[in-house]
Amino acid sequence: MQEARNLKEYKKDVDDALQNTFLRGAMDKFAVAYRSGRANAFAGMDVDGLVQEIAVIKDAAAADMEPLFAEFKKNAEKAGVKIHLAHTAGEANEIIARIARENDAKKIVKSKSMTAEETLLNHHLEAEGFEVTETDLGEWIIQLRGEGPSHMVMPAIHLSRFQVADLFTEVTGKKQETEIERLVKVARRELRQKYVEADMGISGANFALADTGSIGLTTNEGNARLVTTLPRVHVALVGLDKLLPTLSAALLINRVLPRNATGQGITSYVTWITGANACKAAPDNKKIMHIVFLDNGRRALAKDPVFSQVLRCVRCGACANVCPVYRMVGGHRYGHIYIGAIGLIVTYFFHGRDKAKNLVQNCINCGACKAVCAAGIDLPQLIKEVHALVQNEEGHPLTSLLLAKVLRNRKLFHTLLKSAQVAQRPVTDDSQYLRHLPFVFAKDHNFRALPAIAEEPFRNRWEKIKPRISTPRFKAALFSGCVQDFVYPEQLEAAVSLLSKSDVALAFPEDQSCCGLPVVMMGEKQAARDVARQNILAFHNGDFDYIVTLCASCASHLKKGYLKLFEDDGQMAIKARKFAEKVVPFSAFAHDVLKLESNAFEQSRIKTTYHAPCHLCRGLEVREAPHALIKSAGLEFLPAEEEETCCGFGGTYSSKFPKISAEILARKLDDAENTGADLLVTECPGCIMQLRGGAKKRGNKLSVKHLAEVMVKNMK
Amino acid sequence: MESSAEAISNLFKQKAELVSAVVTEVSSPGEAFLYSLDLCEKKDACQLLVSGCEEPLSKTAEDLCDLKQEKIIAAPGLTLHDRTELESLCKDRGIRLVTDDLHSHLAGIDVGLTYIDFGIAETGTLVVDSSDEDLRLATMVSEVHIGILPKSRIRKSADDLEKDLRTTMQSAPNYLAFITGASRTADIERVLALGVHGPLELHILLLEDN
Repeated sequence: MQEARNLKEYKKDVDDALQNTFLRGAMDKFAVAYRSGRANAFAGMDVDGLVQEIAVIKDAAAADMEPLFAEFKKNAEKAGVKIHLAHTAGEANEIIARIARENDAKKIVKSKSMTAEETLLNHHLEAEGFEVTETDLGEWIIQLRGEGPSHMVMPAIHLSRFQVADLFTEVTGKKQETEIERLVKVARRELRQKYVEADMGISGANFALADTGSIGLTTNEGNARLVTTLPRVHVALVGLDKLLPTLSAALLINRVLPRNATGQGITSYVTWITGANACKAAPDNKKIMHIVFLDNGRRALAKDPVFSQVLRCVRCGACANVCPVYRMVGGHRYGHIYIGAIGLIVTYFFHGRDKAKNLVQNCINCGACKAVCAAGIDLPQLIKEVHALVQNEEGHPLTSLLLAKVLRNRKLFHTLLKSAQVAQRPVTDDSQYLRHLPFVFAKDHNFRALPAIAEEPFRNRWEKIKPRISTPRFKAALFSGCVQDFVYPEQLEAAVSLLSKSDVALAFPEDQSCCGLPVVMMGEKQAARDVARQNILAFHNGDFDYIVTLCASCASHLKKGYLKLFEDDGQMAIKARKFAEKVVPFSAFAHDVLKLESNAFEQSRIKTTYHAPCHLCRGLEVREAPHALIKSAGLEFLPAEEEETCCGFGGTYSSKFPKISAEILARKLDDAENTGADLLVTECPGCIMQLRGGAKKRGNKLSVKHLAEVMVKNMK
Repeated sequence: MESSAEAISNLFKQKAELVSAVVTEVSSPGEAFLYSLDLCEKKDACQLLVSGCEEPLSKTAEDLCDLKQEKIIAAPGLTLHDRTELESLCKDRGIRLVTDDLHSHLAGIDVGLTYIDFGIAETGTLVVDSSDEDLRLATMVSEVHIGILPKSRIRKSADDLEKDLRTTMQSAPNYLAFITGASRTADIERVLALGVHGPLELHILLLEDN
């Protein structure tokens, strides 16, 4: 739950969570286990194809929400079910309390429902005097502790067996051992008693099938079956987004949902309930059954051109499972009620701006969630869209406005960077690093050594080093990006040397500026468009077939982000597409176009590991080229276990949430060290800044280099 | 060469065993009954308590445990012929057979024995039309659930069953269950524990009927 009133308070909550060593250990184990579990569960299946099919089905269902609801209502009523439609969370709670009162129900058992968490149903019913017992083991535990879930599928993942044993000791009045199997048995018997006594059962639903008026429930424990069977009254609370036309649509989703959630081919139980079934406890041997559909903003979302895709979510929780930030801080700090990437987005719509405004800034934009989403939702993009909405409604913070203003004016931006170079002199010594952090940086950044701004940026060196190729094999332009231009010009120089040895004619259009990703990350959409337009025009009339960039983040933003920025702008959309088509990340160009092979390199056999930049591996799906080039360049390649996990940089993220960034970095460096490599290679100057600074701070022997640098060193 | 029915049945067995189900082949219902009685006798041979009742419980939960004082097999939905046969076998062994009013046995049932409508090979899943409340409870509240699945009823995927399932669901009211392995949880420290609310064990008896 989010109680923080401002970003400062939220950061404090987050920093506290980072101190929770049990949580951190549990999350690390889970993050690694989940990845292999998921891969095994999907072995031999066309995952992308399935995800695409789900996206299509869910989009259609969202567009048809009204007719599907009408059809469901008609069929379910025919089968003896009373259907309700609640417009708000409060209204849903009221309806359910009224049903309980009308049926003289006192004791209620509940199976897990995120929708009921969304409406805070238990609080409402308890305040009305009903006894409510959660029966899902994890939910029961957190209910007894008075907490909200910290994961959508594993709500008590933040707790240890010791905490559970203490809790159960309190509940039973008898001393409990800490053996998990025995604690589960205690819950089994304690809760069995609750089912026997209950007058009413409340469930959620994973699917609502319009053509038969059925609901579908997936569970592992089997508690939903007892909740929907034993008490005389059954109420299901269902989001309108759960409506589907047919069983076949649900079966398709159910192929992906459990595999994506927990790596299971199917959950232990999948239950399809159609109509009011036989029930001995009910007066006429017939269950009193109600289904309450919840709108709470869903009908408006369905009509929203940008955000309707959030209704595709099937609540598998995978976006949290792979999120490097969630892994560090846990669900209580990475969501309000819904957690993970989808939580950052829907919190704004279901629970309001106040609960969402801090959360939405805590995305590192690594794209891991998007790559794993069961329904192909563009989660990082939508998080940024929500951030932009919040800024438009609340006013833009000064830092964000300043950055936007500066970036829009290339000359001003570059002049500022050059004067920063002069200003930093007293603190740099002769080393490559800032000896003390200058005024612009807070002490929190001290977790890694930060590089100094180069004395002469690449753009000033260009005229001197520009190669003259008489008969070029290819014509390319360089997009430098600001970090390499002003901090690491040597990486660009390495590329210039390598490319000219490969007979590539090079151009460097001087009007290019920052790619604009930092302003996108800060929710400054208009500035992002202005900067992008400037870059597109800078490259518009050049005589080259490729635009090569050594920065993975720039590459992904130029190639994909620009298309999004101008999708509704006819003329610019065409120019953006033409521009994007030419953009190619360095490794893809060297491997796929130049086809560089081992005969071009000396064999130094240095032990080398690799960090895959988020925006290269997931953003542009370039995975094999860097591996192949490392091997061709005469190095001994030692893959890291979590090669594709974010390094924690995330551009402006690392200055906003430095402590989280530092923790993610620590994991990353451990992972690289564990390979026994002497050299860590990557393909993004941001990652290099983070990793090299971290290694330096640790006093680590690991040398961190750009792929272009290590290749050119071994080139014959 | 394996016939395709055999291949599907083998796939079913393999997948069901992966989720901890015990799969055995039987040639007649009588053999299935004997299997069930043996299992019921062997189960906690020295005590009648249901699982969890040996743990330190609250007073109300303990009271519920006290209600069960004998070994019970629940087998609702059998044909008269099957029922007569099972009844006489149970009598010989001193086990109580319950075939209806399972609502009165929520304290615990040792073995629930039911026929299964379909099997889904791909996931090792049992499909049971559980609209009958007694049948439903037998699959839910028993410590051990034994399902008799005629081999001819196994299909490769849920999609292959879609028409049958739809027809079943259209005859409302209906309560249709997919059951895959025993009841399980990983809610405490992600450690897998079987038998949290439903059966602790699932036994599948593949009945040769081809």
